[in-house]
Amino acid sequence: MAAFVIRRLIASVFVLLAATFLVYNLVALSGDPLEDLRASNAPNKEQLIESRIKMLRLDVIPPLRYFLWLFGDPAAGTPGVLGGNFGVTVQGRDVNALLEQALGSTLQLVTIATVVAIILGLTVGITTALRQYSGYDYTVTFISFLFFSLPVFWVAVLLKQFVAIGFNDFLEDDPQLPAWLIAGLALAGGLLWASIIPGTLRRKAITFAIAAGATTTMLVIMNLIDWFTYPGLSIVGVAIIGIGAAIGFTALITGLKNRRTLYAALTVAGVGIALYFPFQYGISYSITEWWMLVALAVATVLVSMGIGWFMGGVDKGPVMRVAAFTGFFTAGAIALDRFMMVWDDYASSGRIRGRPIATIGSSTPNLEGSLWVQGVDIYTHLLLPTMALILISFATYTRYSRASLLEVMNQDYIRTARAKGLPERTVIVRHAFRNALIPIATIVAFDIGGIVGGAVITETVFGWTGMGRLFQDGLNAVDPNPVMAFFVVVGGLAIVFNLIADLVYASLDPRIRVS
Amino acid sequence: MSKSTAPVGGVTDAENNIANKEVEGLSQGQIVRRRFFRHKGAVISMVTLAFIVVLAFSAVGFDFSLFGIQIKTPGWWQWSWTDIPPAQEGGAPTLSLVPEWLGGAGVTLGAHPFGQDEIGRDIFAVVMRGTQQSIVIMVIVGLIATTIGTIMGAVSGYYRGWVDSVLMRFTDIIITIPLIVIGAVLGVAFGRLGAFVLAIIIGLFTWTGLARLVRAEVLSLREREFVDAARVAGASDRRIIFKHILPNAIGVIIVNTTLLMAAAILLETALSFLGYGVQAPDTSLGKIISENQSAFATRPWLFWWPGVFIIAIALCINFIGDGLRDAFDPRQKRMPSARALAKPKTDGPSTVGFASDVHDGKQQRPRGGGYDAARDPKRDS
Repeated sequence: MAAFVIRRLIASVFVLLAATFLVYNLVALSGDPLEDLRASNAPNKEQLIESRIKMLRLDVIPPLRYFLWLFGDPAAGTPGVLGGNFGVTVQGRDVNALLEQALGSTLQLVTIATVVAIILGLTVGITTALRQYSGYDYTVTFISFLFFSLPVFWVAVLLKQFVAIGFNDFLEDDPQLPAWLIAGLALAGGLLWASIIPGTLRRKAITFAIAAGATTTMLVIMNLIDWFTYPGLSIVGVAIIGIGAAIGFTALITGLKNRRTLYAALTVAGVGIALYFPFQYGISYSITEWWMLVALAVATVLVSMGIGWFMGGVDKGPVMRVAAFTGFFTAGAIALDRFMMVWDDYASSGRIRGRPIATIGSSTPNLEGSLWVQGVDIYTHLLLPTMALILISFATYTRYSRASLLEVMNQDYIRTARAKGLPERTVIVRHAFRNALIPIATIVAFDIGGIVGGAVITETVFGWTGMGRLFQDGLNAVDPNPVMAFFVVVGGLAIVFNLIADLVYASLDPRIRVS
Repeated sequence: MSKSTAPVGGVTDAENNIANKEVEGLSQGQIVRRRFFRHKGAVISMVTLAFIVVLAFSAVGFDFSLFGIQIKTPGWWQWSWTDIPPAQEGGAPTLSLVPEWLGGAGVTLGAHPFGQDEIGRDIFAVVMRGTQQSIVIMVIVGLIATTIGTIMGAVSGYYRGWVDSVLMRFTDIIITIPLIVIGAVLGVAFGRLGAFVLAIIIGLFTWTGLARLVRAEVLSLREREFVDAARVAGASDRRIIFKHILPNAIGVIIVNTTLLMAAAILLETALSFLGYGVQAPDTSLGKIISENQSAFATRPWLFWWPGVFIIAIALCINFIGDGLRDAFDPRQKRMPSARALAKPKTDGPSTVGFASDVHDGKQQRPRGGGYDAARDPKRDS
């Protein structure tokens, strides 16, 4: 195993070196880095050209300049990339500093999009596999083909027009959902649930009626309480989410017949609901840093697992798992409600002026406020690019998880599990789903390696100064240094995660042996 | 028939007999064609794509110059993409599909069916030219990438050893560079030379996924008996590769070529959008959108039409690829659902429940499986 990893790493280093050599020369030869100076009318033109040549060592031909870039310039005594120095840009700025900033910005953009796309894609893919050849399956198949074919820059303009500008217009004066929209959403919700939940025609009709009725009621109530101006979940919403999560996760993981689990999960939800008022009007004001929120989330999960352990009886594992999920969701609902409480302050503040959804940039400049206000600001800026990114990768995950689960459901051990009389839930969750995740885990690892470099177009359209901007600015100026900083990070991540994907596969699937 | 996908319930033989009867006396090509034409989405896509191709190439004529050779044909449409007719008020599209008896303006094209931009250019002509460019690029990229990928994969899979190591490390090097990066870098250098050159360059760097798949296929095919038989009969390596092994890998090659072409059209439009692809005075679908994205509020048609054509072409190609995959996949058989299994079998041990589906041609199959290397998950275009 160790020998395999070391051999792969050595091979990867040489592959990366060769790739960087190729890209460096292509960039350096793609144009004239002195073009802007040659066209200028500055009186000291010759001098400027001279100093740039000296600064970027343009007197050395590109294939040799690559080695100066790699090992450092002995004449100037600067370290090269191997010494952790990415050099300077045409404008003389330090690429290391630019890279750090760009990487942070891009990670902020792609992390949430990737996580949401994986969760959504897996859920939808698995439900379509379980309802193979149903209307739902065909619809999702068509939609994922459509998403495959969408150019992201085109979607981005549509999102800006309809989601941002349209929604902001809607919020402008007395936002009330029109009746036709409520009817349409109710119809869509009813059809969705009726097609997912199996049963006879009569049962499907009942499902449809319940789902459509619930959607309509919720939307009408939202209209009545002026929800879009003063959004919030209140303790009622938190209670519904907490108890729903308790029942849902119990049903999914152990089955509702397992009373011990159900009671443990309900206890966790109850504790969460009891902490609602103390948190909203007390504790939350002393949370001023992001790490505090993260620490609180970790603590919630640990406490939930503790409750699961105490109430778990003989089989503690599943009970603790259900309790942890329930605790996380309840706490998430409370935090969401806290963010929503500052929405009105945020939207009507002087910097936003009632048009909260941003179409460009990564944050509102000079916005002052608590952590919760900053959180809402991040949300309004992330919304559109995240949607665009999710639309694209959602389709891939749906297709793969569907294909993977179908493959597994056809295996002999699934037949064995059914034959020995296990309930269908156990067959799917324990036997099929876990094995279907193995190939998906490798694709996810592979994808995470590619996300940093994968958002060039999205970043451009939404005006984020991230890795894509670093790459494009460098390329436009025929400046290899920033482009190479971008490429070393992107290519390095791709290679590392490729290796991780192989190792994950080997450790998850005992049939595979790396050698 | 693959054992692993045999239906549950000990019905393999019975089902195999029926499945075999269905394809009795047909050649492989006929079976594939039959299965393909059964895929409605693929057939509709093929007709749509053919219509788009004919429309784009006949409407504004064909005008490409490559290394000094110019090919030019006239088109039936009154404007060309370089003409600047007088700008109408507002420049809204004159296309109408609502007949007069329904209160519309009648089914008519009008002077400018897709509208005009600010300076009066006819958007129908511009979009048709952009569609031509995209299709030409797609076809050339498909041809070049498929040729290189197939040969690379076949050679490294057939000879193995150091040849394989060298070729696959080379593939690794190319695959490490994200497509959008290599496309942008090369687009800056070669974009102004026109769509042909751009397509050739893109094709030179997009064969990697296909090469890996073909290699895997060849690695397993070369161990088969018919390859030994050919070698014993004295066939040369070249003959074994091209006449015996590659025809058996044709399914993988064709399916991935279609996916690669769909990816190529999105890559080209994305590059043109960023300004690294096709350069002015020529045009491309991505470039039209890029030039007009700020005009969405006043002239949305400048934006809708090129987008619709990109999506239509990519969607058609993806559906055709899906149909081809179904047609070539030897494992394509109906998988019984849990519900079908739960159904009590009243008529003995036979498998009427499964067989009837095969009989009335309502054959159902697993769609869209496997990891498509041609679809680079890193892309966001």
